[in-house]
Amino acid sequence: MNQTLTTNWSGGVSPFGIGHKKLGMWLFILSDSLTFGALLMCYGYVRIASEAWAKPFTFSPSIIFSTVMTFCLLTSSLTMVMAVAASASGERAKMVKWILATMVAGLAFVVLHLIEWQHLIAEGLRPFSVPAEWGANASPMFGATFFAITGLHMLHVLSGVIYLGVTAARKRATHEDVEISGLYWHFVDLVWMFVFPLIYLLSIK
Amino acid sequence: MENVTRRTYSMVWLWLIVLTAIEVFLGYIHVPLAMMLVSVIGLSIVKAVLIMVYFMHLKFERLSLILTIVPAMVVCISLFLLFFPDGFRAFSLKAFR
Repeated sequence: MNQTLTTNWSGGVSPFGIGHKKLGMWLFILSDSLTFGALLMCYGYVRIASEAWAKPFTFSPSIIFSTVMTFCLLTSSLTMVMAVAASASGERAKMVKWILATMVAGLAFVVLHLIEWQHLIAEGLRPFSVPAEWGANASPMFGATFFAITGLHMLHVLSGVIYLGVTAARKRATHEDVEISGLYWHFVDLVWMFVFPLIYLLSIK
Repeated sequence: MENVTRRTYSMVWLWLIVLTAIEVFLGYIHVPLAMMLVSVIGLSIVKAVLIMVYFMHLKFERLSLILTIVPAMVVCISLFLLFFPDGFRAFSLKAFR
């Protein structure tokens, strides 16, 4: 016990054993997960409180499409850890290549997502109304929860792509900086791991 | 990071893909909504743990950081699942679709 205390809680200048930038990113991730948590909680509440909830996603093509999006994001997480590993062993050129691959996968996710949005909007989905074909008493809040949650997530992916681009371009970026941008990127992936099943897989036609 | 090889990362990625495939398959065979909710949440929590432990290197951080991050994440996940148990009650209250 005493040893645990001295090795893990010895405090001093660095109680968590990580730099202040990395600790800052972890704290940001905690607060951001509460933002998404609040949105998903609203989604749960609105869905359960509604008389009927639209289930518009056909397995093919809607769910297959969003599964491909999920695949892009998961793969981008793999390329990101590869970038961090390359940066740890000091191979800067390799690190930049892996980060570029991550950015491509992230952008692919955003483009696919926007195509999907466009299809849903063309079907008649609006933030506060759903197409009449989705059911006479289907809650109009479907659009509000869908666009708010996936929209905020998409914004995170876009800012992540820009953030990674800046990290890769900066000659002075240290290994810690690469690791921190990786933390952010994995967090965006982590959020999607909950958004995808809750929004899509629970609304299959 | 010390003991993690690139092979480990690839294995974690593969597991994430497999778990996602299971979730999608459950949707494909149209598991009843309540079963679907419980199983996708369960699988998603496993996926979140895999991402945090390996991709975000939490396993290799100091205990004090782990003890700060993990309870906060548990509370956050519990927070957004707060209303779903009520959904089960709702099944018996009305025609819930």
